[in-house]
Amino acid sequence: MPILVQHRQIVLPGQLLAEGKDVEVKAQHTIYRIGDKYFSSVIGLTDVQNGKRLSVIALEGFYFPKIDDVVIGMIIDTGLTSWTVDIRSPYLAILHASDVLSKPFNPLKDNLRKHLDIGDLVLAKIIQFDRTRSPVLTVKGKGLGKITKGVIVEIIPSRVPRVIGRKGSMINMVKEETKCQITIGLNGRIWIIGPTPTHEEIAILAIKKIERETHISGLTDRVKAFIREELKKRGLAK
Amino acid sequence: MRYEKVKLVDENGLRIDGRKPDQLRPVKMEVGVLKNADGSAYVEQGNTRVLAAVYGPREVHPKHLTLPDRAILRTRYHMVPYSTDERKSPAPTRREIELSKVIREALESVIFVELYPRTTIDVFIEVIQADAGTRTAGLMAASLALADAGIPMKDLIAAVAIGKVDGTLVLDINQVEDEYGEADMPIAMMPSLGEIVLLQLNGVLSEEEFYEALKLAQKGIAQLYEFEKQALMKKYVEVKVEEV
Amino acid sequence: MSMTPSNQRIVSKLKRSSIVSLIKKGLRVDGRKLDEYREITVIPNYISKAEGSAYAKIGGTLVIAGLKVGIGTPYPDMPNSGVITVNAEFVPFASPTFEPGPPDENAIELARVIDRSIRELHVIDLEKLAVVPGEKVYILWLDIYVFDHDGNLLDTSMLAAITTLLSARIPKAVVKENGRIVELDKKVREQLPIMNKVVTVSVGKVNDKFIVDPNIDEEQVLDCRLAVSLSEDGKIAGMQKMGSGTFTTEEVIEAVKLAKKASKTLFSKINEALKKIEEQ
Repeated sequence: MPILVQHRQIVLPGQLLAEGKDVEVKAQHTIYRIGDKYFSSVIGLTDVQNGKRLSVIALEGFYFPKIDDVVIGMIIDTGLTSWTVDIRSPYLAILHASDVLSKPFNPLKDNLRKHLDIGDLVLAKIIQFDRTRSPVLTVKGKGLGKITKGVIVEIIPSRVPRVIGRKGSMINMVKEETKCQITIGLNGRIWIIGPTPTHEEIAILAIKKIERETHISGLTDRVKAFIREELKKRGLAK
Repeated sequence: MRYEKVKLVDENGLRIDGRKPDQLRPVKMEVGVLKNADGSAYVEQGNTRVLAAVYGPREVHPKHLTLPDRAILRTRYHMVPYSTDERKSPAPTRREIELSKVIREALESVIFVELYPRTTIDVFIEVIQADAGTRTAGLMAASLALADAGIPMKDLIAAVAIGKVDGTLVLDINQVEDEYGEADMPIAMMPSLGEIVLLQLNGVLSEEEFYEALKLAQKGIAQLYEFEKQALMKKYVEVKVEEV
Repeated sequence: MSMTPSNQRIVSKLKRSSIVSLIKKGLRVDGRKLDEYREITVIPNYISKAEGSAYAKIGGTLVIAGLKVGIGTPYPDMPNSGVITVNAEFVPFASPTFEPGPPDENAIELARVIDRSIRELHVIDLEKLAVVPGEKVYILWLDIYVFDHDGNLLDTSMLAAITTLLSARIPKAVVKENGRIVELDKKVREQLPIMNKVVTVSVGKVNDKFIVDPNIDEEQVLDCRLAVSLSEDGKIAGMQKMGSGTFTTEEVIEAVKLAKKASKTLFSKINEALKKIEEQ
């Protein structure tokens, strides 16, 4: 058996994961290879399938932009024809004026800040990114655009898949139980709109709980029970 | 300056703090100790105490400082004024500048910098109490902080300073041994890969003594590596499942 | 030269408006009341090698101060007085917006505000620190280091500074050769000659409401703030208006009243911490 670690095991940088030619490793930044040996490069959780397919999911870390990802960004600067957006990644992103404005844009007459100002939040999609340029965003698309109400909670981006759950099972449960609309930015920002601020608060606590207990099984049921208990505690349910 | 000769190894082969020549000082390591930094760690070895923190990868201005095909590293090793016996002026000394360089170079060989072109990874080390071995403790804290920040590395770095006192090679020197010994050799390695990332010698060793010192260092490094792994695992193992 | 800051943390508009609207209703985002401090931890003697030290944490803001002692010549205009210098540095990793380098105007202002409060209130009886009057006196270096910035660096730094002074154990000065040589005997320790305790309370103004101990997000939303240094018996030992907004006279009076009330929290934390080390 070339794979030396178990499924769902916590591994550390420099840890030997597998040795041999029979290993299928998903190409990613969390595993590196020297000759026939595969090592973890991060603190992560292993995923071993059928004794030969190996990957490591990082437990810590930042968001690395990917084309087509939906993210929640914050405008931090405006230029003549574009905005600079913080998407919690090593790279700042760009949103072009032409993407946001329906009419042709004249930098001599129009002021970008009237449309999106510093501190505004947007739900956007990454349409361009490679090693030589900054990520480019678009807000053209269903549901995309400026965020004007609700609350935002930030989590470690690598924990986002856990918050979503398999086929959305976890997040759909949270939405149903807390009665909140929840939109997940793959960059670890989550947008919540609830019927009351208390509902929003409970949703935040639930998401933080998932983030903390990400590596422990049985999470969905625990979080469900937690939400119900919180609703009861605050008099929103019986 | 003191003029009495200090006896550093006694008749039983014990050092002035009671340790055997191949014994480490008590170690404490904690990860994720700061709110702002992307990654952080605290390391204690005997009376040496250091804090390290990491930001990045992040963009840097002016842009001409960055490289098109990899991240740059910026490293600062600094001692706070109250960390030493006599107050140390807050301004960077030549020693701190040299140590910042050797620490950065150690980290260059460990971090997968090619993954993040046009960014910087900033590593800051502050020594809050100094009792020798500050650069090695600092490097270990930096390595833990990098792991805490999720920055991909080949391995953790474990490091220790070997000394020669009263003719005997000793592991993990303290300040008195550093001041009155005949040699001090800080060494840092990637233990899984067996590669040396930092090596300095201040003093004189024969060739045989050097080989012996390397062996002694590897022994200490292997133990420190275990402490580092435990410190990282603690964050996950200790998460108490809050049952309703 | 002082410049308008351009390198600030940006707080989203959504968060800003929720902070402001909650404050209007007398609440804060973290559940505190307007005049309440966040969780405070004070640990004296945190760095054993230093002659005095303290760890102070308010919310996520962490400051460690240390005292080093030496012997030197007094200031010519104060020949019978020991010398104390207060220095503050914001460590580069305390915040994503901090850069390495010499202390900037904020660190210098913080150090000077703390220095003035300690001096004006005679926290230390510096006259007792003249060893050979006119020639050799104690030199005290109080270094304040901010390691994590979560808002309200001043109150936290003062807390660390005063606890350091109150718990310090300085080596006894031994005079030799008719006063020509003064040595410090590290084996004999004595307390500093303390006459008073002081704390600083920062009060921020948001529209017409006041908040004590603004956290990092609230700081971005303040119109301005008033830092009030207070002694345990309620004397005002220093004031500093910070930020570019304004106060009316009535507002300043209200802020001072609020600061006085909130100072009790800080004094009780200090006294608690000192009592604990005495019991050890």
